[in-house]
Amino acid sequence: MSETVGDRLTQVARNGTPGLLTLILVLFSLAPYNFPGSAQLVPPLALMAVFHWGIYRPDLLPGPLAFVLGLLQDVLSGGPLGMWAAVFLLVLVVTASQRRFFLGKMFVVEWLGFALVVPVVFLANWIIGSIYIGAIVDPGALLIQGVLAVAFYPGLSWVMSIVRRMVGRI
Amino acid sequence: MRTPQGNVLKVAVPLRNLLQRFAFVLLIGSAFALMLLGRFDNAAVERARLGIVDAFTPVMDVVSRPVSAVNALVRDFREVVELRSEVARLTEENDRLLQWQTVARRIEAENAAFRSLLGAKTETSSFLIAARVVADAGGPFVRTVLLNAGRQDGVAKGQAVVNANGVVGRIAEVGERAARVLLLSDLNSRVPVVNERSGQRGILAGDNSEWPQLIFLPNQAQVQPGDRIVTSGHGGLLPPGLPIGVVAATGDGVVRVQPLVDWHRLEFVRVVQYDLPKLDGAADGER
Repeated sequence: MSETVGDRLTQVARNGTPGLLTLILVLFSLAPYNFPGSAQLVPPLALMAVFHWGIYRPDLLPGPLAFVLGLLQDVLSGGPLGMWAAVFLLVLVVTASQRRFFLGKMFVVEWLGFALVVPVVFLANWIIGSIYIGAIVDPGALLIQGVLAVAFYPGLSWVMSIVRRMVGRI
Repeated sequence: MRTPQGNVLKVAVPLRNLLQRFAFVLLIGSAFALMLLGRFDNAAVERARLGIVDAFTPVMDVVSRPVSAVNALVRDFREVVELRSEVARLTEENDRLLQWQTVARRIEAENAAFRSLLGAKTETSSFLIAARVVADAGGPFVRTVLLNAGRQDGVAKGQAVVNANGVVGRIAEVGERAARVLLLSDLNSRVPVVNERSGQRGILAGDNSEWPQLIFLPNQAQVQPGDRIVTSGHGGLLPPGLPIGVVAATGDGVVRVQPLVDWHRLEFVRVVQYDLPKLDGAADGER
């Protein structure tokens, strides 16, 4: 079987889509939204992508890539270096190992799974962030951010499942 | 929602698993190593950070444009809704400002006359570099924004960043094309200021809340709500007299300053390239 250029291109497109989508979400979560408290409240959109692809196509979002994307989020946001890198990798590994539980279930199960992951992630962020700046971070903003992350998940998950089906076809 | 799974997953040979586990441990370890390294200001880490920020600023510039277009649309809509009350408010403000204009003209003429009498040196020149906020980064831990101007535009570490209302913050990191601004509200922000009414000096210290605190005041009782706070120019980083905010509350021994800058409307800012007065006797004559 010889591979044509077209085959190679579709393969690249298929393998690159989840990473590219996560990258775009990293960038969009850092854009200046200019509403009160936006910098503190915009939920980590890329975390949702990592969770989603961890369940459905962990083969297309390898751990090192999730790590690099998390690191990019750390660097651009100016926060603690390595925090999101560790979080993305851990969330990916945990969801990918539990994916059999989620597959074929109703969406609510996936959503509940995400709602379980978020408090753990935000508690870890709170501890790491407080150590990083050397003062206790106000947990209020993190709490609202966490709630918003859970609230935004269905919408983003829906968009990503459309993309996933498109990827599955090529 | 079943998807056809790749064959890759089925051919998971033990060796591959072992390698993956090793890579995982390695990556987690390096993440924690980075957290430690980032905690202590490491020059190499700093350089790498700036390099990445530099590379991604043009991308962030593109990404932030549709976002700011939507922001502008929302603002336009709100402005149309509030048009009548806004016109009334502006008319009133205009009347008041016209009175101030007369006063300002008189004082300006007076000042010029006094200056020529004294032979005082005029303010050192400052040059403004316009920049756009491309990322409202920070999250819950730091209060910073990224600008699409850097060393090649003349931006340098420590320079003041202002918008039409007043001081926004200070340049904390500079790359070739990008710069990170430490906002006045950040926990690490310390700006020497002076109370315009009493001439008292103090330090404006951010604490991650929207209203920074005024600390190291010689006598707290002399501060009253409504006092205007401006930069003092001490330390030579910021030019003196840039408007910062007004004293909002003085309760419990904590003096809070409400910045003139609206944190939620930071889009275009200017970086103040300020030449520190040389030590020829003129430096102390400003305030």
